[in-house]
Amino acid sequence: MASVFHPGPPSGTPKYSFAQQPNTASEGARQHSFYPYTDNGGSTLGIAGADFTIIAGDTRSTSGYSINTRYCPKVFRIGGPESRIALSVVGFAADGDALKERLDTILKMYKYQHGKTMSVAACAQRLSHILYGKRFFPYYVHAILGGLDEEGKGAVYSYDPVGSYEREQCRAGGAAASLIMPFLDNQVNYKNQCIPGRGTGHELRQRVQEPLPRKDVEQLVEDAFSSAVERHIEVGDGLQMIIITSKGIEEIYKPLKKD
Amino acid sequence: MDTLVAQYSRPAFENEGYAQDDDQQLITQITPPLSLKFALPPVAQSSSWLRAMTDDYSNPNCPIKIAHGTTTLAFRFQGGIIVATDSRATAGNWIASQTVKKVIEINSCLLGTMAGGAADCQYWLAYLGMQCRLHELRHKRRISVAAASKILANLVYSYKGMGLSMGTMCAGVTPQEGPALYYIDSDGTRLSGNLFCVGSGQTFAYGVLDAEYKYDLTEEEALELGRRSILAATHRDAFSGGFINLYHVKEDGWVKHGFNDTNPIFWKTKLEKGEFSNVTSKLV
Repeated sequence: MASVFHPGPPSGTPKYSFAQQPNTASEGARQHSFYPYTDNGGSTLGIAGADFTIIAGDTRSTSGYSINTRYCPKVFRIGGPESRIALSVVGFAADGDALKERLDTILKMYKYQHGKTMSVAACAQRLSHILYGKRFFPYYVHAILGGLDEEGKGAVYSYDPVGSYEREQCRAGGAAASLIMPFLDNQVNYKNQCIPGRGTGHELRQRVQEPLPRKDVEQLVEDAFSSAVERHIEVGDGLQMIIITSKGIEEIYKPLKKD
Repeated sequence: MDTLVAQYSRPAFENEGYAQDDDQQLITQITPPLSLKFALPPVAQSSSWLRAMTDDYSNPNCPIKIAHGTTTLAFRFQGGIIVATDSRATAGNWIASQTVKKVIEINSCLLGTMAGGAADCQYWLAYLGMQCRLHELRHKRRISVAAASKILANLVYSYKGMGLSMGTMCAGVTPQEGPALYYIDSDGTRLSGNLFCVGSGQTFAYGVLDAEYKYDLTEEEALELGRRSILAATHRDAFSGGFINLYHVKEDGWVKHGFNDTNPIFWKTKLEKGEFSNVTSKLV
């Protein structure tokens, strides 16, 4: 069954010498002639700080085991020059692009009609509804939206492919999400970290979460990605970071390993 | 100027009850148009296609994994209704989130719970909230829980077979019906009752809840029972965990009783009540 969804090794390399095709799947559930998705790999990450938000993603695009390009951004500024919102999409790049264009248009139309930029909370809900609008033909994407909320605090919203969403402190998405997310839990939310010297067992106290300074968060993002590159084939080539502050949006590009 | 005002204003009580275009809206909006609103894949059997793409029970290798898994409970007692949930969302074996808010605040007196597809519950309960507010504006009084739950039941019934996945409870207190609790699921089932548990951990929660439940519980006891039932489910069901979300619905609206980490509650329960003695803090 897995071979139906994931392209096998590239032709030319040796294949397994099974006499017949593996026949593990039940015969009843076969309807795969229409398969409109490709997994383009890559990983994204969003962290909210006290007065900034960082949305980052690698720039590699793959299909199967081959690399399409080394520079295909997954992180976008949306809503025109005054807007303080960034969107990252990972999964199927064509769906991601279509989704980005739709939300971008909506944000711009909102600006023209109301004479002000859309708030992140409103944009977040709108994105959820766009994704849910394709509930029966989903966008194959994991979206992360970042911006500054009404109080100027960093806000990160994460989505599943059909639009369930939640505001979070940090979130990793895509191929290396399972490698990056545990690191973030520990380093951003201090999960499983205790205050030293308080004894053992029930005396243990959780280290309290405090907002991290921007320099530390940037370093965390770089470390997360350089580590993911070491252990995941679909991540690499370049790291793109969009940093949103009340002063404006900065974009940073850093090279990652290209093997 | 007067003519302009007359053109755009109407006598205050011209259409008591429904206005003409309200009727129109009711017809078109109670059952929203399917193909107009939602994009469908260009295949004959869209539901079986969707199943092949998203159902990780029948096909663990499905490409799109939708967030699932839950324990939620709600029960009626003399002091109102207790609603409690865990907070874990899973996509396959991956824990997608440990901080999901599974109690959805429809309005100040109505709560909904979330089990099954997270997006389905979030979207349709938000839609229900909108319909409830419209009902309030049209009829100048709050909607009954029976009516609200029926809007949702009819809605999901109209999508039957399309692949929605939700098991939800509507809890609320209204002057005409008192505390009322309904269970609605994506098959179109709608039941009223005193006590429901929904989700992958429902059996574990029922085990504790059925043993200790009586209608005459005090508020303190009821809150503790809700918390303890969810704790039991998070302990034995791998798809449940995270935080315990507790609500109490009273006559004058719901009250939130915290969103607390299960781990300290587990150890507190073990230490102070001597329960969970199968778990030891020592190795072997």
